[in-house]
Amino acid sequence: MEPLAALIAATLSAGTPLLLAGIGLLINERSGVLNLGAEGMMLIAAAAGFAIGFHTGSATAGLLGGALAGMLFSLIFSGLAIGLVTNQYATGLALTLFGGGLSAFAGLAYVGKAVPFKTSFEVPGLAEIPFAGTAFFKLHPMVYLALLLTGVVAWVLTRTRLGLTIRAVGESPESAHAIGYPVRLIRVGTVAFGGACCGLAGAYLSLIYTPLWVEGMVAGRGWIALALTTFATWRPWRVALGAYLFGSVTMIQFALQAEGVEIASQLLSMLPYVATIVVLALISRNPAFIRLNMPASLGKPFHP
Amino acid sequence: MLRLELRPTPSAAMGYLSPLIALAMTVVFGTFLFVALGKDPVACLKVFFVTPLESLRGWSEVGLKVIPLLLCALGLAICYRSNVWNIGAEGQLVVGGVAAGGMALLAAPDAPRAFFVLVLLAGIAGGMVWSAITAVLRDKFNANEILVSLMLTYVGGLLLIYLVNGPWKDPKGFNFPYSKTFDAVAMVPKLFPGTRLSWGIVIALVVLVMVWVFLARSKAGFRLQVAGHAPLAARFAGFSAREGIWVSLLACGALSGLAGALEVAGPLGQLTPQISPGYGFAAIIVAWLGRLNPLGCLFASFVMALIYIGGELSQSRLGLPSAITGVFQGMLLLSLLTADTFINYRIRKA
Repeated sequence: MEPLAALIAATLSAGTPLLLAGIGLLINERSGVLNLGAEGMMLIAAAAGFAIGFHTGSATAGLLGGALAGMLFSLIFSGLAIGLVTNQYATGLALTLFGGGLSAFAGLAYVGKAVPFKTSFEVPGLAEIPFAGTAFFKLHPMVYLALLLTGVVAWVLTRTRLGLTIRAVGESPESAHAIGYPVRLIRVGTVAFGGACCGLAGAYLSLIYTPLWVEGMVAGRGWIALALTTFATWRPWRVALGAYLFGSVTMIQFALQAEGVEIASQLLSMLPYVATIVVLALISRNPAFIRLNMPASLGKPFHP
Repeated sequence: MLRLELRPTPSAAMGYLSPLIALAMTVVFGTFLFVALGKDPVACLKVFFVTPLESLRGWSEVGLKVIPLLLCALGLAICYRSNVWNIGAEGQLVVGGVAAGGMALLAAPDAPRAFFVLVLLAGIAGGMVWSAITAVLRDKFNANEILVSLMLTYVGGLLLIYLVNGPWKDPKGFNFPYSKTFDAVAMVPKLFPGTRLSWGIVIALVVLVMVWVFLARSKAGFRLQVAGHAPLAARFAGFSAREGIWVSLLACGALSGLAGALEVAGPLGQLTPQISPGYGFAAIIVAWLGRLNPLGCLFASFVMALIYIGGELSQSRLGLPSAITGVFQGMLLLSLLTADTFINYRIRKA
């Protein structure tokens, strides 16, 4: 039973960065903005978070620094796509390319360094429970925080005035503008929130999950998180479900290797990417279903 | 307060000026970056824009980089003109290289000299198979081509690493993850003796003319662009949107695969874990910088090749990491998007 518990714990850890990024991007997209720069923001935050964690010796400072870096980086996207009405696809892509280049450049000094803090945790008392203790209560606090964040986002979106405004802006920016909502300001805000979440996810990867800085270490997780929002039909708790599903796919490769299955590691590493493609194809198969759930103005530029 | 005002018609002049403005902005940003890093900006800019062009060898190296950048950018230009957001040229290039490498490894030393044609055809086929996956999923399953083509890039990269670590590893290679070096008959002939530039540059220029004819002078190319940008008009005219998806993706796969084949059967001469320093992604920037116009792509790929070479040189000449290439690529695209705003908008006092 203990290996299964460890597998569950590993799945939750692996799903956390996807959940953090996915939930941020979800808010983005509910307000009608598609930011393909997720991968770039995560890379920038992974490098910045690692550098801050390395110098301060504090994981918390590193994570917060990463979130701030992601948020600041997302302002480039807002300035262009919202301020200058550039094409959202192209701008997001540019952000990803720039983030990849800048993080590789700025992170060079930290390649091969290790962070000076412990990365193992347990919930006092509960960690002693057989099975459940290993599976659920020996995880980094970020894992629980990500779930809490999901709950908060779900509540804000469906139960508060702010959430209603965000959804209105995403469904029809023209109408929202006409009744006096500051559409562009709200979008800058949601993009900044998305950037902060992606930043948190990136810093989690380089400080806690790996914990190392390696060029390009986000390895497509930003893109998988973008696919997750479609997979979840833009519903917060389904993002969580999807994130852990993809986390478990990542873990299958390690489980199989531990079982001594003779498959090359590179072929197993393809699994998350292949799974993303398969899931995306299955969920998108019915165009009417996607159109029904997708924020109506997603990806369309708005100029008042 | 200033605000943007929609122009009655897009400005044609800004369309052509915008790439030049973007280049100028990148140079200015670059100068600031060099100063911030404590380097002499004049010497640094010289390494990027003058040094590579001072010798025949330099020109040949620039030409060698133009080949994959131009081919991928031409393929992407067809996609973007059809409003198909393929960003997986990198993966199509890698899988094309893998297929070409597989063919090259089959070559017997006494095979005829024209064997390299088979290698190139294998590359084209490999790239087309890879982009066809995106086309099927987009056409039959309505799956977003951006995400699918990008995920396939990761899968293609892992496939290459698997092959050079496993079945295709050179048994006499001291356990390095490289394939056997290809026989001479599998390699693309050199253009001039003494340089590394191959006939690939001539092939790329011929492809450029073909793509221009297709886009600007053929009915099929016209149908594609109408279907992409005015789907409703296309439907009334009886043009198929599906045709646009398939033709543009297969064309891009073929050209990117050819680029991969020319890389492995050109400067590389064997399969290695990494056969492209992001040419397929840089080609996205090239395609836009070249205004999705074949001739424009040629100029843009020349600029991008200089950025690549400059990055390599700055490591040895300036002690700057070659990762600076990626920074400049990103800056260039961001500057271009900024400048492009003023094609459709102008600034007015509110």
